[in-house]
Amino acid sequence: MRRAALHLALGLWILLFVVPSLRGAVIHDHTEGIRPLGSLANRPIDWPSRADLLRVALLQDYNTRLVVVSASLLGTACGLIGGFLLLRKRSLMGDTLSHATLPGICLAFMGMVAFGHSGKSMPGLLLGALLSGILGFATVLAIRKVTRVKDDAAMGIVLSVFFGLGVALLGLIQKMPEGSAAGLEAFIYGKTASMVFEDFLVVSSVTVAALLVCVALFKEFRLVCFDEGFASSQGWPVVVLDTIMLGLVTIVTVAGLQAVGLILVIAFLITPAAAARFWTHRLGHLLALGALIGGLSGWMGAAISALLPRLPAGAIIVLVAAILFLVSMFFGSARGVLVRWFRQSRLKRKIGRQHLLRAAYEWLESRVENPDRERVINGPIKMAALVSSRSWSVPELNREIRRAYDDAFVQSFSDGELCLNEAGFLAAARVTRNHRLWELYLIENADIAPNHVDRDADAVEHVLGEPLVNELEKLLPAYRDARRSPMPGSPHPISGGAE
Amino acid sequence: MIEWYPIDTWIVLTGIVCAMGCAVLGNFLVLRRMSMMGDAISHAVLPGLAMAFLITGSRASLTMFVGAAVVGVLTAVFTQWVSHFGNVDRGASMGIVFTTLFAFGLLLIVQAADRVDLDPSCVLYGAIELTPLEILFRWSIAGWEIGVPRAFVVLGTVCLLNVIVVVLFFKEFRLSSFDPALATTLGFNARIMHYVLMTLVAITTVASFEAVGSIIVIAMLVVPAATAHLLTDRLSTMVPLSMVIAGSCAGLGHLSAITLPKWFGFEDTSTSGMMAVVAGALFGMAVLIAPRYGWVARRLALRRASRRLP
Repeated sequence: MRRAALHLALGLWILLFVVPSLRGAVIHDHTEGIRPLGSLANRPIDWPSRADLLRVALLQDYNTRLVVVSASLLGTACGLIGGFLLLRKRSLMGDTLSHATLPGICLAFMGMVAFGHSGKSMPGLLLGALLSGILGFATVLAIRKVTRVKDDAAMGIVLSVFFGLGVALLGLIQKMPEGSAAGLEAFIYGKTASMVFEDFLVVSSVTVAALLVCVALFKEFRLVCFDEGFASSQGWPVVVLDTIMLGLVTIVTVAGLQAVGLILVIAFLITPAAAARFWTHRLGHLLALGALIGGLSGWMGAAISALLPRLPAGAIIVLVAAILFLVSMFFGSARGVLVRWFRQSRLKRKIGRQHLLRAAYEWLESRVENPDRERVINGPIKMAALVSSRSWSVPELNREIRRAYDDAFVQSFSDGELCLNEAGFLAAARVTRNHRLWELYLIENADIAPNHVDRDADAVEHVLGEPLVNELEKLLPAYRDARRSPMPGSPHPISGGAE
Repeated sequence: MIEWYPIDTWIVLTGIVCAMGCAVLGNFLVLRRMSMMGDAISHAVLPGLAMAFLITGSRASLTMFVGAAVVGVLTAVFTQWVSHFGNVDRGASMGIVFTTLFAFGLLLIVQAADRVDLDPSCVLYGAIELTPLEILFRWSIAGWEIGVPRAFVVLGTVCLLNVIVVVLFFKEFRLSSFDPALATTLGFNARIMHYVLMTLVAITTVASFEAVGSIIVIAMLVVPAATAHLLTDRLSTMVPLSMVIAGSCAGLGHLSAITLPKWFGFEDTSTSGMMAVVAGALFGMAVLIAPRYGWVARRLALRRASRRLP
């Protein structure tokens, strides 16, 4: 249901941008006049007027509209496919493929010239690039299958050898009598700011195709991404699926390469998906969010570059995507740095508190003459005795006590004495009980010597939840009823606090 | 038939020292699964070049070199940060960092376009064919006067530096490549070794592409090491082997660049491109006929094994 909603949102995203752009018929070519510069530092920035802002925001210029729409469409498609690449740990595949298209472009150029054409026909060059990209990823897959060379080295080999071949062919083309390879360079390095309607058609059809394939093969791609071995053991054709996935990457790369340039495509395939990963743990959301972030950075970057002079669209789009990535990295709700830091510090606090409580309980227990018959009762605890019960320093202990006081587990602490309140005492008893249950479980079921279990139990007692404790009680029949037999005795002498 | 001039000798020699200097580091990159680092650094140094120029206002190669090398090391540092703090896959963080830096450099260059004559594509294609033209010093032995090109001296020094560092810290590099955790427990910091390696890679990459073009660097950092990896199981064999392979790539690459195109009616083509192609061809041969891990050997072993079964 939610997935359907996300797909719907994606569809709307495309409609919103594709439909208005198709209405345009007049081509406004606005080339910026080049202003002389004093220096970089003291140059006044001429901010766009409100009319300019409105004009770009509403996509009123035909040229701006083409660039903005194509960039956001391409970002959408790349962000979507990038999600799969990220999970397959093949993010740099875009890098490899975009370099691997070079020999195909050159060969197509040479072939077309040899047959008496101009050599710069767009479909021909695109076809060459596509074929050579396909050959490139086929080689990566073959190297991975046949040899013991790892994925990254296979990508590096294909990238450098194909690109080298392309450079060598380019060297030949430059010496050809017809050889103005100038048009070819523009094809390779992209021309974001001067896109034409054909580029837009190519980009939008590729985007739609990528969307359709991803939706149709969502289940299969997911399986391959998360557990390749399982997928192949279930009879799924992993190689075929991989080929389809990388074929999509190739198509998107080739379309993007000549529309927006090499670096932009590489960034588009990596950054939005990696940014989306910080917000979610679900693949569907990851893909949708990656597409959204890609589209957003394409749209914002292209708009900014249209508004302000001297900002190359490709570079601005990459930088916008990078900023979105950084923001996501820090503030992402699922894996962001801040969230993880917050979670970790909360866990640390809890662990410190539980250590304090258990040490306090064990000290109280050692005060009781016969723990099997008498109940342990709450009372003032000597802080000096607690220091020796764990490997913590006095300031560390004091910090834990202060924190426990803030969390309302400690009634009072002063003059080297500490007093737990009712909740603190109950929590202390529970933690100690969990600790000992785990120790007994390890001794009885894992054959671990009694003097070795303390550390293992120490690590695990903080994450023992209610169901796991119930499970332990079932396995250790003597302690099934917490009320009748509240506390198992410690299976080993308790160090420190006892004396 | 082959027209060989002293200039060709210098091109090959420059190519050999460059390729060897890259290959010796490439072994550790391949083992650490960071083969794409050369590609990343060679794109990422653009802002370093631009800033060095904007700050000093000169295109003296030393300032450019320092700027680029600093940004090269920063690329490795940022990659490490993003993958560590953000818990992002190493390849993805590398891609994010280098594309961002490249875009930033492009922005700087375009912003300063009036004053800077920096062409992004000149960063990507240095020309090894032009290296013999810039003579650093002349040397006369027995009446022969030899002009030593600057690129040869620079790359020779870098190559020597790499070999010396790798030989001196061979044990440390080996351990920290195979088992960084063990290296750290044994008392030498694997992270420091990582950054030493990255610094060397950055220096080598910058020195090489400035002189001979980035494609040589990218190819020589990966392909010879991967080829040697197919031929042997011992790192102490793999390193010299990869250097030999890299050297032969340089020689054969230039040879094929000036001979092969003649068959098709062209004069010659780019030596750096052909070096990469030859490296690819050698790798392909190793894939087929490597003694133990080659395709043929494995097929034969499989057939023998299946015949032994009843």
